[in-house]
Amino acid sequence: MLPLLGIAVLALGFAARLNPLIVVLGAALVSGLAGGIPPLKIVAVLGKAFNDSRYVSLVWLVLPVIGLLEREGLQERARILIARVGAATAGRLLIAYLVLRQITAALGLTSLGGHAQMVRPLIAPMAEGAAEVRHGRLSERMRHLIRAYAASADNVGVFFGEDIFIAIGSILLIKAALEQAGFRIAPLQLSLWAMPTALLALAVHGVRLWRLDARLRRMAIEEHQ
Amino acid sequence: MIGLSQVYALGGLMFGAFAWLSLRDRTNRNRIGNAGFWGLLAISFIFGSRLGDLANGVLVIALILLGGTGRMGRGAPSTTSAEQRAARAASCGNLLFLPALTIPAVAIGGTLLLGIPLRGVHWVDPNQVTIVSLALGTLIALGVAMAELRPPLLASLEEGRRLADTIGWAAILPQLLAALGAVFAFSGVGTAVGALATSWLPLDHPFAAVAAYCIGMALFTAVMGNAFAAFPVMTAAVGVPLIIRKFGGDPAIVGALGMLAGFCGTLTTPMAANFNIVPAVLLELPGNAVIRVQIPTAIPLLACNLLLMYLLAFRF
Repeated sequence: MLPLLGIAVLALGFAARLNPLIVVLGAALVSGLAGGIPPLKIVAVLGKAFNDSRYVSLVWLVLPVIGLLEREGLQERARILIARVGAATAGRLLIAYLVLRQITAALGLTSLGGHAQMVRPLIAPMAEGAAEVRHGRLSERMRHLIRAYAASADNVGVFFGEDIFIAIGSILLIKAALEQAGFRIAPLQLSLWAMPTALLALAVHGVRLWRLDARLRRMAIEEHQ
Repeated sequence: MIGLSQVYALGGLMFGAFAWLSLRDRTNRNRIGNAGFWGLLAISFIFGSRLGDLANGVLVIALILLGGTGRMGRGAPSTTSAEQRAARAASCGNLLFLPALTIPAVAIGGTLLLGIPLRGVHWVDPNQVTIVSLALGTLIALGVAMAELRPPLLASLEEGRRLADTIGWAAILPQLLAALGAVFAFSGVGTAVGALATSWLPLDHPFAAVAAYCIGMALFTAVMGNAFAAFPVMTAAVGVPLIIRKFGGDPAIVGALGMLAGFCGTLTTPMAANFNIVPAVLLELPGNAVIRVQIPTAIPLLACNLLLMYLLAFRF
C-alpha cells in the first residue's frame, strides 16, 4: 500500500496550488522510495519515461504556424466569417464541432482537431464571435466559459468517437488485455459495443452545449444591469 | 525510413530556435532561464535517445527546477497589434484559413497514404504514420503561409516563441505526467490499487462488481491521467475474475464499456494534462476551467456506462 503515498503527495500538492512540476517530482520520488527503489534508480526511471514520452510534446510543433497566422489576423478572420452566418450561436457551433469531431474520430481521423491546431486558432474565436453577435461585448467570465466549452467539445468528441474505430490504440489494448486472460475478441465487436456510449456522450454533452446559449444570455443580462 | 527520431529532431530544432531567440531578447529579465529551459528541451529532443537514462533523469530535474521555481519570464517578440490584425483579417479574406486547414488535410491524407509501401519499401515507419503526417502537415502549412503572406523570415519562429512563452513551464507538464504514470507503475501503484479495490469492496452481486469496475476505472484513470494505465490493472483485478468468470458477463461488452468508463475519468483530472491543462493554457483560462465544464458531462455519462454494462453484459 505504501506506493500510494505518491498519489497523496500529488493530490495535496495540487490542492495547495504548488507549482505542478515540483509536485510531480515530489510524487515520483515519494512513490519510488515507498516502493523500495533507490533514489538514483528513480531518477533513471523518470528520465527514461520522460524520454519515451516525448511524442506527447510534439503537439507544440504547430506553434510557429499558428502564431504566424495569428499575427496575420486568423482569429479575427474566424470571427468575421462566423458573424456572417445568421443562425450561428456559440452553442450550435460547438455542437456542430462536437458531431464533426466524433464522426471523424470514429473513422480513425483523430488528427482532425486538437487544441493547438483547431480550438485556439479557429473554434474558440468562432464561438466567441458568434456570441458577440448575439450578446454584444462579452465579459471575461462569458469569454472564459465559451473557451472552456470549446475545449470540452474537442475532448468529448475524440474520446467517445475514437473507440468506434477498430484500429485505434485503446481497442488494441482492450483486445490484448482480454487475450491475456484467455478471451479472443474481434476488434469489430469492441467497436460495436462502444456505440451506445458514443451516442449517449453526444446526447449529454450536446444538451449542455445547447443550454450554453441560454446561460450566456442570462450572463449578458446580468452584466448589463 | 522516416520515423519518430526525425520528427523529434525537428522538434529539437524548433525548441533550439526558441532558446536562441530568447537569449537575444533583452526585454526579458529572465532570458537566461527561458533560454536554458527551451535549450534543455532541445537537447532532450535531439540527443535524448543517446543520453542514457540517468542523464535524461538529471535533465528532467534541471527542467523542473528551471520551470518550477520562477526562473522563466516572458519575452517580447515583435508581433502585430490588435488593430493591424483586424485590418489584415479584413484585407486577406478567407485565404487565411488555407494554411490552417492544410495541417489537418495533410495529417489525414498522410495517415491514409504514407503507410503504404512504395515499390516494396516503407519510406515512413508504418507505426508512426500519424505523427509523421502531422509534422509534415505543419511544415507544408508553414510553406503555404510563407508563400501566401510573405512575412519576415524569422516571423514564424518569433511567433512560435511568443506562444511558447505564454505556455511557459506548462509546456513539459503533459510529458512529465505521462512519465510520472510510468514511475507509478514501476513502484507498484497499480497493484496496490487493484488489491485495494478487491479487498475492500463487497462484490458478491453482479451490480456491485460492475459498479466497482466502472467507478474504479474512472477513479484510477483520474489518478494516473490515462485510461490505458488503469485498464489492464482493473480488468485483471475485477473485470475478468468477477464480472466475466464468476457472473458470466460478455468479455467484449465488459472490455469496451470498461475502457469508456475510464475515459469519463479522463475528463475530470488535471493528470490528463494534454487534454485538460494544455487547452486551459492555450486559451488563457484558469487552470481548472476546462475540467469544471467537463465534470457535469463525465458523471452522468459514467452512470450511463455503468447501467449499460449491467444491462447488456449478462444478456449477450
